Amino acid sequence: MDFASFLIQSLNAVQYGLLLFLIASGLTLIFGIMGIINLAHGSFYMIGAYLAFALSSALGSLTAAILLGGVLAFGFGWLLEKLLFRFFYARDHLQQVLMTYGLILIFEEVRSLTIGDDVHGVAVPALLDFSLPLSADMAYPAYRLLISALCLVLALAMYWLIQHTRLGMTIRAGASNRDMAQSLGVDIDRLYRLVFAAGVALAAFAGMLAAPVSSLYPGMGNQVLIVCFVVVVIGGIGSVKGALAAALLIGAVDTFGKVLFPQGAGMLVYLLMAVVLLWRPHGLFGRPERA
Amino acid sequence: MDASDLLLQATGLGKRFGGLAAVDGVGLELRRGQVHCVIGPNGAGKSTLVNLLSGELRPDAGTIHLSGRDVTRTTAPRRSLLGLGRSFQKTNVFPAFSAFENVRLAAQSRAPRAWRVFDAAYRRADLRGEAERALAAAGLAARAEVAAGTLSHGEQRQLEIAMLLATRPSVLLLDEPLAGVGGAEAAALMALIGELKREHAILLIEHDMDAVFAVADRLTVMMNGRVLASGTPEQIRADAEVQAAYLGALPESEAAMEAAHG
Amino acid sequence: MSASIPASRRPASGWPLRLVLLVGLVALLAMPFAGSDFYLNLLTRTMLLAVFAMSLDLLVGHTGLISLGHAAYFGLGAYVAALTVPEYEPGNLWLTLLLASAAAAAAALVVGFFVLRTSGIYFIMVTLAFAQMMFFLFHDTPLGRGTDGIYINVRPDSGLGFLDLERASHFYWLALAVLLAVFLLLRRLARSSFGSALAGIRENEHRMRFLGYPTFAYKLVAFTLAGALAGLAGCLLAFHGGFVNPELLNWQQSGNALFMVILGGMGQFYGAALGAFLFAAMQEGFGLLTKHWHLLMGVVIVLLVLAAPRGIAGLLEGRRDGRQ
Repeated sequence: MDFASFLIQSLNAVQYGLLLFLIASGLTLIFGIMGIINLAHGSFYMIGAYLAFALSSALGSLTAAILLGGVLAFGFGWLLEKLLFRFFYARDHLQQVLMTYGLILIFEEVRSLTIGDDVHGVAVPALLDFSLPLSADMAYPAYRLLISALCLVLALAMYWLIQHTRLGMTIRAGASNRDMAQSLGVDIDRLYRLVFAAGVALAAFAGMLAAPVSSLYPGMGNQVLIVCFVVVVIGGIGSVKGALAAALLIGAVDTFGKVLFPQGAGMLVYLLMAVVLLWRPHGLFGRPERA
Repeated sequence: MDASDLLLQATGLGKRFGGLAAVDGVGLELRRGQVHCVIGPNGAGKSTLVNLLSGELRPDAGTIHLSGRDVTRTTAPRRSLLGLGRSFQKTNVFPAFSAFENVRLAAQSRAPRAWRVFDAAYRRADLRGEAERALAAAGLAARAEVAAGTLSHGEQRQLEIAMLLATRPSVLLLDEPLAGVGGAEAAALMALIGELKREHAILLIEHDMDAVFAVADRLTVMMNGRVLASGTPEQIRADAEVQAAYLGALPESEAAMEAAHG
Repeated sequence: MSASIPASRRPASGWPLRLVLLVGLVALLAMPFAGSDFYLNLLTRTMLLAVFAMSLDLLVGHTGLISLGHAAYFGLGAYVAALTVPEYEPGNLWLTLLLASAAAAAAALVVGFFVLRTSGIYFIMVTLAFAQMMFFLFHDTPLGRGTDGIYINVRPDSGLGFLDLERASHFYWLALAVLLAVFLLLRRLARSSFGSALAGIRENEHRMRFLGYPTFAYKLVAFTLAGALAGLAGCLLAFHGGFVNPELLNWQQSGNALFMVILGGMGQFYGAALGAFLFAAMQEGFGLLTKHWHLLMGVVIVLLVLAAPRGIAGLLEGRRDGRQ
């Protein structure tokens, strides 16, 4: 592999990793703070992608679609928490798993009913539809660089929010001791709703961002979900830092794996997970799960 | 008191959590026929000490020997099988099972053929006998069929002891068995502990000073993860540092001391 | 003395439940004399699904291990059947069953060694992930002959003169016999010393460790056994349907199995079997209504979890038996 190819694959790995991080951070936040395992998280990614598809053809612009879609996704998450998820904080994991599994079925079929089962694509916005040259005969799409940049910005924003603001402090307090935080006057219900909606929006936003570079197909959400699970397992539940490290690691293993071992590439990520499990059953940065 | 009565020996135990030394350089000995009480304010490291001894936590430093055998790196289940029994400060039973089943399970852990896949576990006479014996010793015979989760707090503490007895340990680590228990039930528990010490070596963590001084043969006072003083109750009462730390909290009466130790 | 069997282990004492189970059994026994081949085949598939569900109940309901990747062992058993029998001749039924169960058990042993180090939500996620890995093994590599799947052209030879598996009614009897045998086996297991220890692990694993039980070993044995039984069911299903493809290992299979277990009611094994029958009925029924029957299934699942978390058996039992 010459240097230009290596650079391209590295950039791809980073882009995939950062995208995964965005989705996984929503998942790990929702679990870390509310204790809910949500299998339908991948569906939110799918919903985002299909929103981008539907809205961009309606509005004529991907950027507008993403902005509107982000708001819609946040609102959808807000409603979903209010109407359904908030009844499950006290329920055991099995019930959460089953309920969210049911949701996946519902989301997939609704998508099938409204948009159909065909594979779709979304066009890169004209403004960004160019490539940056890397060498004499290789160039890298600017849009992909934008994805990486946006994900990175969002990652830093999340870190800043959680570590350095009152809201973040409240969130962390709510995570470690819900009742105590509530008795100190924090409106926990509203906080949980906010975090949940944010998690949904993050996943949907990732789906919207990624739409131009990946195709939209039935089952795309489920694919992503399982990889996200691996990210969370490797990184550690509740750890945003862990999710970043794990996502980048997986991005690298998956991208280079596909190039170097195309036949076994699908399995490499799971082998990585197995190795991590042997060494650190709670993930690289995880703490033992709260009761 | 010969060497074979030295059932547990811990030396130089240390455990850090992040920058904090929860336990530092702690040693103690447990002998058959003795109740060794560990006292100290909250945060002194008593719970951590019990966790280190029982195997819940791995020590960063120090050793633990059970009847001469080094168990510092041994897992908790293995230590239990070697005769180290522990009761829990926070009730740690099987709430959905009856008291009887709780104790039966405890007895089954020792039984030969615990791995049998086709026997009728709930009808095994050896386990039933063992469970009935342990329940009776702990005073719960009348409540055997009640779901453990619905027992009163004091009865749950008794159940903890019954489960412990059913595993036929040689060393008992009792972590605040009187917590939340009042009056008559507490007295009954203390009487039980007094009886148990004949056959076992007992470590007792407790806050109730009257109970402690009434039953202890040896005392260790912990503070900030370290041992402040260790010795007989008389020595501890007379120790100036301990008095400074516990001003007024120790029982004053000589008569009470004599009554306890004849 | 009734307390010798803990409250959560007593057999069904609500008469509605007993009635349903009895009627169901009688109906199953009567079917070959009254039903057409179509229904016999449908019920055979359902009974094998019930075996799969019961094997999962050993993990989920009895031991408290929520495996979201159980279909991997089911599918593996099916693939062993497809890959080991001759192409145009009947294979050996018993040998293949043994092989399929052993292979599934071996896989479960290896995976269990990894996943049982974790607990809680990690466990759920890694069981799913490992199943997905096995799915890719069959989907992407030449091992499984790819997504087109493999056909089993001839039903196996039972070696017994009276059991001709080419006949729908005979295969039906075989499946029914396996269903009853597995049910009785699991029930016996649950009441054994080993089984009671698994129940203790479900209720309070921490305490079990401090009572001296090597809980990892217990869980690993249960996980392996459950895998073996799932492989058995998968092998028979492959022989019955004559076709295997990687979708047998996908996570919808695992999710559906979990649904069956909770639908029927966990921990007593007949609940899982009941759940399998109800699931199959819903699948057929909803399928007749619309091609988007998954939507109806999803709604039923959500409603079920909201309203009847102890499943249908729980509703029929009528009283709380101390299990949550």
